[in-house]
Amino acid sequence: MNILVCAKQVPNTNEVKIDPVKGTLIRDGVESILNPDDANALEAALKIKDSFENVTVTVLSMGPPQADVMLRECLAMGADEAILLSDRAFGGADTWATSNTISAAIKHAGNFDIIFAGRQAIDGDTAQVGPQIAEKLGIPQVTYVEHIEIDGDVITVHRQLENGYEEIEVKTPVLLTAVKELNSPRYMNVKGIYDAYSKTVPVWGVEDLPIDRETIGLKASPTKVFRSFTPDPKGKGMMLEGTLKEKVGALMDNLKLKHII
Amino acid sequence: MFEEKHELLRKLAREFAATEIAPLAQEIDQSGEYPEELRRKIIACKFNCITIPEAYGGCGGDTRSNAIVTEEIGKVCASSVSQIMPNSLSGAPLMMFGNEEQKQKYLRGMAEGTMIGSFGITEPGAGSDTASIATTAEKDGDYYILNGRKCFITNGPVCDFITVFAKTDTKARGVSGISAFIVESGWEGFSKGKHENKLGICGSATCDIVFENVRVPKENLLGREGQGFKICMATLDSGRITVASQGLGIAQGALEEAIKFTKERVQFGRPISKFQNTQFEIADMATKVQCGRLLVYDAALKKDQGKPYSKEAAMAKYYCGELCNEIAYRSLQLHGGYGFMKDYPIERMYRDARIVSIYEGTSEIQKIVIAGQIFGK
Repeated sequence: MNILVCAKQVPNTNEVKIDPVKGTLIRDGVESILNPDDANALEAALKIKDSFENVTVTVLSMGPPQADVMLRECLAMGADEAILLSDRAFGGADTWATSNTISAAIKHAGNFDIIFAGRQAIDGDTAQVGPQIAEKLGIPQVTYVEHIEIDGDVITVHRQLENGYEEIEVKTPVLLTAVKELNSPRYMNVKGIYDAYSKTVPVWGVEDLPIDRETIGLKASPTKVFRSFTPDPKGKGMMLEGTLKEKVGALMDNLKLKHII
Repeated sequence: MFEEKHELLRKLAREFAATEIAPLAQEIDQSGEYPEELRRKIIACKFNCITIPEAYGGCGGDTRSNAIVTEEIGKVCASSVSQIMPNSLSGAPLMMFGNEEQKQKYLRGMAEGTMIGSFGITEPGAGSDTASIATTAEKDGDYYILNGRKCFITNGPVCDFITVFAKTDTKARGVSGISAFIVESGWEGFSKGKHENKLGICGSATCDIVFENVRVPKENLLGREGQGFKICMATLDSGRITVASQGLGIAQGALEEAIKFTKERVQFGRPISKFQNTQFEIADMATKVQCGRLLVYDAALKKDQGKPYSKEAAMAKYYCGELCNEIAYRSLQLHGGYGFMKDYPIERMYRDARIVSIYEGTSEIQKIVIAGQIFGK
């Protein structure tokens, strides 16, 4: 079984701030990390590799050359191979142009039974690239996967809903997007780190892919950012004290006072 | 000084230490018990077998890798450093002098986490004066009969085997009659003393090991007869970098606690980090910690490059042993009364630091080694 995992290197948004004048992210001095949902996607792939024979896990990422270290991290966790898509021509892409590039690269890389992606990246929070890749490859997709069972080429997944889950049966090839409830990503290990640096991570540019230059990068991106801003913090919450009855009473009074009910 | 793999290794060790070890450090210190689940996690990351060759189940890693992991673990919990002892004290004698059978059994056992090893040189009457050990190993056909007592043995209470130094020739002068043996804890006549109640590194188990007519098969002689002192010194030589890294870790941890506390603690209307005395203290401490770091990684790099490193390793051990005590003291002082309370990690770090300038060769012994390198022996 061949599994591909889409991963993205993102700024650790717990630390990132927005430039109030330019409206862009201030990335200076902010560490770059493997996008958390993508770590869950990789862990799901590695769990399958642990449970079945002849499973190969390849990680694919599009990003600047510095994303190499993130791919080494994926290799050190247990992935077999990694590919970096890096070219100035890919830069400035929105989700549409990004998924054009990535789906072309996946076709170029080979046939995959399962393609995993994280639900969304913490820098953009769009949750669009995974589904778009599936559409452009013409394969089924299930998003928000929180549980996976595999029986031959039939995969049964739980798709997370706000108040429960859907149980869905799909056949390979399929694209699944992972949520954090799916698993706990493993740590790298020391031997894995050494092995990761003994491997070659190929870097593919636009010349390496069978793709029309008009469909990638900034100029092929229909999305235009109108404005970025830091939302004003919400007002302080109010803690209600007393017995349950008193607290409910106080809550009702307050809601009425604010004309909410 | 570092390669890319070292940077990624530091990231792993730092995340693991912060997420898995730090939250348990206080509990480990107070209970004196090491959680089995945490021990398993350390083994899963292969921190316990960084320097053990791949042929024996290890990672085949270098000295810098071990120093990095030791520093990062030591930063949050000095007791936890004894969990990765196969990289140095318990593994080094086997790596350097063990034969194939010994390595496959004992080194592999430690690498895979099925065995815990110890190292036994110190005796009640023989500390820095190694030559005065009284443990004896008398040849009896295919066996040696081992008698004596070793003390302050790290991991002693939980060990499956120990590398023991004993006199095979009691008439020989000085150190020439000392030999090394691998002795399993399950053998008749092997007994463990009571768990020592210590000032610091309380989560690292320590006890006496007593040998009463223990029959050690001759296959378990390590190296050759009479080679014991050489094995011991070579082990301690390489182990110094590990202990120095532990001291560096404690110092860095104590520094970070001081920075955190002084930014939060408000006196006279502002955080005490705003006062020049605090700023000068932190600047001074940070500079000294960086000196320690450069000494440690310089010695480690020299060892990795196959260059002579005895002097540098002794300097790193001497400096970092003293450094962690000084930084922990000054950090605790900046904490004021809170630092004296067990609620803050600096109280534990202050106690843990004390051993670093003592074990695996006191600061004074390090000075003898350094002076010996300068003046010639």
